[in-house]
Amino acid sequence: MRNVSVENTGLSVLIFWIAAGWAGFCLLPWYGIEDGFFSFAWLLDGYPLDEDYAPAAFLIAQSEKMWLAPLIAPLLAPLFVLRRRKSDPVYSATLILAGGLGFAWLIAQGFGIGIRGFSYEWLNAVFGELGDRQFGMGYGALLVATAFLFLFTQGIAARGAINGDVFVVSAIGGVIIIVATFVFFPIVRMLVAAFVTDGGHYSITVFVSKFFDDRLWGLGCFWGARCGAAWNSLFLAVLVGIITTGLGLVFALVVTRSGFRFKRGLRALTVLPIITPPFVIGLALILLFGLSGSVTVFVSELFGIQPTRWLYGLPGILIAQTLAFTPIAFLVLIGVVEGVSPSMEEAAQTLRANRWQTFKTVSLPLMRPGLANAFLLGFIESMADFGNPLVLGGNFDVLSTEIFFAIVGAQYDQSRAAVLAMVLLFFTLTAFYFQRVWLGKKNYTTVTGKGDAGVHPLMPRRLSFPVFAVAGIWGAFTIIVYGMIVYGSFVELWGVRNTLTFKHYITAFSVGWTEHGLHWSGAAWDSFFTTIQIAAAAAPLTAAVGLITAYLLTRQTFAGKNAFEFGTMLSFAIPGTVIGVSYILAFNVPPIEITGTGIILVVSFIFRNMPVGVRAGIASMSQLDKSLDESSLTLGANSWQTFRKVILPLLRPAILAALVFSFVRAMTAISAVIFLVSAEYDMATSYIIGRVENNDYGLAIAYSTTLIFVMLSVVALLQFIVGRTQIGRRTQFATRT
Amino acid sequence: MTQTKISSKAAPVKFSGVTKVYGSDVVAVDDINLEIEAGKLVTLLGPSGCGKTTTLRMIAGLEMATSGQILIGEEDVTKLPATDRDVSMVFQSYALFPHMTVLENVAYGLGFSGFPKSEAGDRARAGLELVGLKGYDKRLPSELSGGQQQRVAVARALVLEPQVLLFDEPLSNLDAKLRRQVREDIRAIQQDLGLTVVYVTHDQEEALAVSDEIVVMRNAAIAQIGTPRTLYDEPVDAFVADFIGEANLIPCNVTALDGPMAEIDVDGYRCQLPSRGLSTGAGQLAVRPARIALNEGTGFDAKIAKSTYVGVRMEYSLETSFGSMFAVQDDVQHPLEPGTAVQVSFRFPGPVLIPS
Repeated sequence: MRNVSVENTGLSVLIFWIAAGWAGFCLLPWYGIEDGFFSFAWLLDGYPLDEDYAPAAFLIAQSEKMWLAPLIAPLLAPLFVLRRRKSDPVYSATLILAGGLGFAWLIAQGFGIGIRGFSYEWLNAVFGELGDRQFGMGYGALLVATAFLFLFTQGIAARGAINGDVFVVSAIGGVIIIVATFVFFPIVRMLVAAFVTDGGHYSITVFVSKFFDDRLWGLGCFWGARCGAAWNSLFLAVLVGIITTGLGLVFALVVTRSGFRFKRGLRALTVLPIITPPFVIGLALILLFGLSGSVTVFVSELFGIQPTRWLYGLPGILIAQTLAFTPIAFLVLIGVVEGVSPSMEEAAQTLRANRWQTFKTVSLPLMRPGLANAFLLGFIESMADFGNPLVLGGNFDVLSTEIFFAIVGAQYDQSRAAVLAMVLLFFTLTAFYFQRVWLGKKNYTTVTGKGDAGVHPLMPRRLSFPVFAVAGIWGAFTIIVYGMIVYGSFVELWGVRNTLTFKHYITAFSVGWTEHGLHWSGAAWDSFFTTIQIAAAAAPLTAAVGLITAYLLTRQTFAGKNAFEFGTMLSFAIPGTVIGVSYILAFNVPPIEITGTGIILVVSFIFRNMPVGVRAGIASMSQLDKSLDESSLTLGANSWQTFRKVILPLLRPAILAALVFSFVRAMTAISAVIFLVSAEYDMATSYIIGRVENNDYGLAIAYSTTLIFVMLSVVALLQFIVGRTQIGRRTQFATRT
Repeated sequence: MTQTKISSKAAPVKFSGVTKVYGSDVVAVDDINLEIEAGKLVTLLGPSGCGKTTTLRMIAGLEMATSGQILIGEEDVTKLPATDRDVSMVFQSYALFPHMTVLENVAYGLGFSGFPKSEAGDRARAGLELVGLKGYDKRLPSELSGGQQQRVAVARALVLEPQVLLFDEPLSNLDAKLRRQVREDIRAIQQDLGLTVVYVTHDQEEALAVSDEIVVMRNAAIAQIGTPRTLYDEPVDAFVADFIGEANLIPCNVTALDGPMAEIDVDGYRCQLPSRGLSTGAGQLAVRPARIALNEGTGFDAKIAKSTYVGVRMEYSLETSFGSMFAVQDDVQHPLEPGTAVQVSFRFPGPVLIPS
């Protein structure tokens, strides 16, 4: 009985994708619709015959876009294997060929023929002028491509790959294709762009001259001039990495190894970086230490010192980034410090080590990989940070802002942006590589599945005093900074008119009544609603991609799994600015033409935040006993049914956390967003940056404060629903509370 | 009234030349041939790492054989994944789905086998009744004791009426008293329904108690197959003798052969026993600790090295000219002190000659 049902499900999946392919070819508009992905005006506007809205079949019937005609063959071929058995070699060969060739042809024609006919000179030389052109792919092309992909994976599965499991093979194929399309393809496009001259030709010398530019690698700061942006970024990132790791360890020790009473409060600290747009700290620092900042004014009045602009430059960025990223290091290290098995420490103590010796000889060495991890995270975050350098940079150039000015400023030099992005990418990838090598070789995990009855010893006394001092000072500073943000949003004009007012909130968020009903008259509503929509669209997709990838990584073994894992985690090391630049370069021309739409924002969020979803998924899935899957399989469920009925229900808290996390991250992101927003789709963060550039601090801070509180309530709601304290970017590090 | 809807579709299992290699060179199972009769309970027994669990998982389809052929019934299932095999398994950790009630757990597999929902519910309830958990339908697995969880896992596997039912160390998470009862229950259900059961354990006593046949495995290969009595009384080699119920391995000298019997000499002590095809010369004798007699007028010389009282009997370590021995005596009233010189002889039948 079982075998019959299995044959049927396999067949119905095949029929579904064949039908989907035909629907995409014959029913849906082949090319992208100008009015946007979610506009359906085309249904009434000349469909299906109008050239802009016609499905491929209608185009061919009218003898247009004849290069789409070869797709009919691979669409027809799978129909002939419907009656064959899965084990028949003809079945798998047909599907592999049809899917593979169809997909390849789709890609080839997409790249080969663009808005000016053939995209490459040699195609003109071989086939002559085309005299026709095509735009970016739309629903039809998307659906047909998907159908080809899954026909191909069904063919592979039928050949016996991964026990012939169609779901797993398809999931692997799907993840590979979307990661290739939205992570690797843009990066490659960007690398190519680095070699393009103003005239549109390829040249090594241009690349070399731009690469060895003095503005990048200059060492002028040693004799009073300015250093290159690359050195600045590197120096800053190393400093931030060291300081945040140190502070993170301090806080982690306070929480886990002391009798400190307000541990829960400290843990709440970890939520801060998630809900704070990255440049907000910079704004608060300006309110405190800027030319007219409270502290500056107070000190200058007290001591008669002339206020200076010392904050703008390295010191300001350093302080802001340290404030912003210490909680991240804390999150990593709290897991590591808790992860050191108490019985190891107890064993050391029974072997006559005192507390200090235990800490020095056992606890600290066991934490070493965690420390390295925290350092590299701080390093990468600092490299990638865009908001704080923009707000506080002054004359201190760093790579991320230089990229921005290269592409949006008066220079408009795409290839310079690409070169800078390459350097930035090189730094972060190197760090990423070292992180993997370091952590790969040393496995210090002492948390096992078995319960550990031990208790962590308290900190040695000679350590606890400095630790508490540092934690106290830094904690107070953080509170003051966040207090300033809230307070600053009520001040009319900081340093000039210090009266309290609701003016900024009213400008941003006023609501009026008109005869048409509610009128959202505030200046911020547009970007606010766009942000919510985009974030809400990105969240479920991010969670889905992340969880499926995590499932493949934890539950399946297949050839090339390590490369697969590396590829999916790679986008973590790609700074947002690089993503932004590469997306502009890759997606403003066919075959994928989505610049200026909401889709590009959604897509960028999915791939920015996917690694976090993957990690969270891996963490929670590895806590599920593998025999649950196995027993489901031996009870006759296939892997898709097992995933849906056993794994997903058990992962509900993780899914919820991933959803909220990606939602919140999408709301606070800036570095990639700033390149990708358009007049129609402006995001909250880029709107705020715009206000800051116009020196409209009041509105910017009021808007930021609102965002913080909105996200705080989202997170609080989640905690209420899930009922536990661990949410956030790196749940996998903190496995126990 | 007890209209049990569960029957058996028991089928035999056959391994021919099956090998499983992990990675490139870790051989977990090395070219084994095995036939399991329909309706029999066969135990795979061996120390950890001997390949018994891998063998079980290859029957389930959770591991794929690297080479060789596996048949269940008439069908070649070598390449078939777990989903498509008519086999179910009871896991060491039970693997009950924590988000489903007991009834949902038991009915889980029925849903995929094409049963309509109401019939799946009826069958699941019948299964629960069979394992003595009637009325526990609505509970969650976390609300059950370990023994009850165990029985739910058994019911969940049973209701599919699999051709083969697999148990992976099912008793290892139960306490000692419960173990005896659960293993008797499993055996009773197996015999009532006439199921083909393959059972993995590393506990030789458990294996002796439940099995029709035991497959002793060592280093990825089969050491011996036989009924419990055969394995205990006629082990083929020192490994099996020692693994099934402990044995003293004593060097001896086969002095003469007389038809099926051999005359042997152990340190001057002479006796006769079946030769089992051995020729004269040096040999090895496997003697169970309980088949050793002390101070009964004959035997070879030894000295008590250690003496332990364990309630129902005395345990002695003996020092002999060829090494140390372990003996068990029922007489607890007159314990022998360490240092006492004794004469060691054997009780027959008991000692067996094994090839050295």
